[in-house]
Amino acid sequence: MANPTNSAALRDKDPIPTAVVTGASRGLGAALGRALARRGTRVVLVARGAAELEAVAASIRAQGGVAHALVADVGDKRSVYPLAASAAELVGPIELLVNNASELGPTPLRLLFDTDCETLERVLEVNVVGPFRLAKALGGSMALRGHGTIVNVSSDAAVEPYAGWGAYAASKAALDQLGRVLAVELAEHGVRVLGIDPGEMDTAMHRAALPEADPATLLAPETVADRLVALLGGSDVPSGARLALSSWQGQGAP
Amino acid sequence: MSALPAAVRPRAFGSERLLAVDPLHGVISHHAFRELPALLAPGDLVVLNDAATLPSALRLTSHDAELRLATREPNGEFLAVALGPGTFRLPTEERGPVPRFAPGTRVTSGELAATVVGADADDARLVRLRFELEGAALLRALYRAGQPISYSYLERPAELWDVNHRFSSRPWSFESPSAALPLTFEVLGTLRRRGVELGWLTHAAGLSSTGSPALDRRLPFPERYELPDATVSRIDAARARGGRVLAVGTTVVRALESNALENGTPRAGLGEARLVLGPGFRPRVVDGVLTGMHEPQTSHFALLGAFAPRELLERALAAAEREGYLQHEFGDACLILPR
Repeated sequence: MANPTNSAALRDKDPIPTAVVTGASRGLGAALGRALARRGTRVVLVARGAAELEAVAASIRAQGGVAHALVADVGDKRSVYPLAASAAELVGPIELLVNNASELGPTPLRLLFDTDCETLERVLEVNVVGPFRLAKALGGSMALRGHGTIVNVSSDAAVEPYAGWGAYAASKAALDQLGRVLAVELAEHGVRVLGIDPGEMDTAMHRAALPEADPATLLAPETVADRLVALLGGSDVPSGARLALSSWQGQGAP
Repeated sequence: MSALPAAVRPRAFGSERLLAVDPLHGVISHHAFRELPALLAPGDLVVLNDAATLPSALRLTSHDAELRLATREPNGEFLAVALGPGTFRLPTEERGPVPRFAPGTRVTSGELAATVVGADADDARLVRLRFELEGAALLRALYRAGQPISYSYLERPAELWDVNHRFSSRPWSFESPSAALPLTFEVLGTLRRRGVELGWLTHAAGLSSTGSPALDRRLPFPERYELPDATVSRIDAARARGGRVLAVGTTVVRALESNALENGTPRAGLGEARLVLGPGFRPRVVDGVLTGMHEPQTSHFALLGAFAPRELLERALAAAEREGYLQHEFGDACLILPR
């Protein structure tokens, strides 16, 4: 289970001031929003479902954090500029973007040749093009200021060919490589781009994909979120790196 | 002098041209926009306006009219200009009759609702609005209801991705601070590698025209801006080492010079730019400006008189005309900088 965290002890002297986290209504995104806010980051939470998202934001505010809920579909082109600008207006210029929202496609998972082409298109739109659009809309002001971080949440499916995970796997491999190229191109502007593989977590998405998995063998999203926040606060991770959080034991690991 | 043709659409990547005017030597030269870094020197400072542009044109569902947001007041109310019915294809001055919005009138544009809480004493088309929502809910409703201000010369209405430059952050502008539109990541990288420093401020660029000659004469309205510490120290450092300060867009000139006029020297913080620039004004902070192509009768052109004599500007415009430069928001660029 998650380490109980003492908010006063964990509040950083020099926190990341502002962050946008997508897919923040549940699972890793919600846990990450909470973990960042506990350390003093003003967070903008993004997801499609208004009620769940607002509940996460309200629970952060109840703990004394600063959180705003922006309802949007990151796979919708028209949502990106309103989202990026609104986020900056609500908490100030954005210094951390976490592209966490993901689309699995229909479950139970299907073999690739049983997957509709339209499913692949939608998965790529949400998992690759959406993060790219958002990175572009928020990364320009980071580049101008000479600092900022973009985190892309990936999966070991991006590396290992698991039957049934084709559309998701292809999208995450594309996202990984997009991030690596961005890391190279943005290095001179001081903007870090990281890929993270959170490992297998006890989340609604994991239950949808692998309903028979034993939750006792899965990581709590809160644990993974704490690791990611510790990793972002450290200085030992080079831009362009892709880190597996299930085994990460770097500087400041909880 | 005949008109420069307007760019009717956002330009193909990297296709913008750059007319360089050196007021020190009276020299005019022609470049591709991407050659901008070569016209600057290591140690120079380039300052951008990082304001994103709101969809500030609200087609009303409650009235046959359009409201254009013009400024945001410190108390959260907005000043807006009322226009008669018509699409972006109809120039604002040819719009139909404007309804009178008496104080207390409730106006709606889709799910966005506001109350008119006041009207200007000299021109009732300038009204004060109080929206019924605030924070995230107001932004969401505004982005759903509004359209970016578009221009009758465009072949299609402008989209948010047309009017926002690549380095935009908080949505404070009501019309695009368009001078930064040709600035690509490629050019930004070249500037850094050349040793040119970058600075930024956020300035709420307001309306460029209202459709009412009387109101147009009062433009630009006072516009709020924020000048960050980081940019003030970059300005101080650039001046100390003899570097030049280049403003990207007239909004940056207005913010920096208003600030310096008030404080003696640039000081970080929030402010309201009230200065109206023109010939005879001696800039204290800014050495040069990167701007769009503007014709002699416009207020923008008058502002450029602070940086170069009128005779040189007219000669530059004649050269631009001969060379087929394009004007307006998506047009080519002009650099006025002593070299």
